[in-house]
Amino acid sequence: MAKIVAGIGSSHVPSIGRAYDQNKQADPAWQPLFDGYEPVKRWLEEEVKADVVILVYNDHGTEFFLDRYPTFALGVADSYQVADEGYGKRPLPDFPGDANFSEHLANSLVADEFDMTLCQEMALDHGFLTAMPLLWEPGENEWPVKVVPLLVNVIQHPLPTGQRCFKLGQALRRAVESYPEDLRVAIVGTGGLSHQLNGERFGLINEEWDKAWLQNIQDDPKALAQLSHKEVMTAAGAEGGEVIMWLVMRGAMTEQVKERHRFYYAPMTTGMAVLALENEGNTPA
Amino acid sequence: MSADQDRWGIPGTYVFDLNLSRKGYAVNKMCNSLRYAENREAYLADEEAYMARYNLSEEQKQAIRDRDWLQLTRLGGNLFFFLKLGATVGHGLYPIGAQMRGESYEDFLKTRNVPEAT
Repeated sequence: MAKIVAGIGSSHVPSIGRAYDQNKQADPAWQPLFDGYEPVKRWLEEEVKADVVILVYNDHGTEFFLDRYPTFALGVADSYQVADEGYGKRPLPDFPGDANFSEHLANSLVADEFDMTLCQEMALDHGFLTAMPLLWEPGENEWPVKVVPLLVNVIQHPLPTGQRCFKLGQALRRAVESYPEDLRVAIVGTGGLSHQLNGERFGLINEEWDKAWLQNIQDDPKALAQLSHKEVMTAAGAEGGEVIMWLVMRGAMTEQVKERHRFYYAPMTTGMAVLALENEGNTPA
Repeated sequence: MSADQDRWGIPGTYVFDLNLSRKGYAVNKMCNSLRYAENREAYLADEEAYMARYNLSEEQKQAIRDRDWLQLTRLGGNLFFFLKLGATVGHGLYPIGAQMRGESYEDFLKTRNVPEAT
């Protein structure tokens, strides 16, 4: 039986990707960030040893434009390309998928009343790419894990509710646990934390809110899932509303979780965070 | 405060909902086309001709000519898309943000925890 062996929350800020590609790991402005991810990367490599990662993200006009933007979409392919968003294609290997596992997830989720858009082809932009090399070290032409991209609309309101995202996570857990193969599955929720990229309030960061989020996502995710988009955006910025993608991850974990690592850094316009969780006990969230 | 802000009631914030998205659809469609190098070249060769290919309002065209990012936001432009226009014409994220805040880039950087992390 497949099982979920790690839950990660991570920002997906494009500037992190640029800093990574420009080898700024030792740059004083960036070193804290890379150092902050390092223990998680080591934990994933040495202890978690996931076979596949379900990564929850949003696309920014790369694969989906506003002409038809799905609320939820799932990759069901055996490979996924690194996209060029118009700023140059990042020097990362394309990603191996696991079409059989994806197919099982699709069947299970739709039977569970989550009607996903299913994608046989999907190029992946910074929403997906940013966290990956900070969590798993890519080789020259390969990755140490297979991936399943899971897209959530956090671009154009109406967005799905936090509650819906949490329930999707719960359904994902049921889907994973009904897969007959012994797969070790990690789930990553990306986005956030606080930031706003539009209007006179551009640059808003709410460090206090972010730090509370990093605790409450562990202890009381159901309360976070009840927050309205307006409440989240008022406190954490309009684009900070994307934190609902962390609730998909959290819904897929157990009710109790154990924190393995937490890091927070707010250098410019986004509260950047990574949070690593493992399941505790067997009661689903 | 504009009508679009009133809908959500968050000051200084333009929530990208279906209403704003519909208003800015042509702008965002044009901007998103600039993810391709040949389109960026065509844009730079003749901005007016490139804009004419899309169904922009005169107000939207003027906001683009003025590189007035706040006005473009009010008219439905979404930063995730118009950042591609910014990259084409040499306006990066942080200078765009400073302009929307009504600050110089230097003053904006002073408000950041680690302004070197760009």
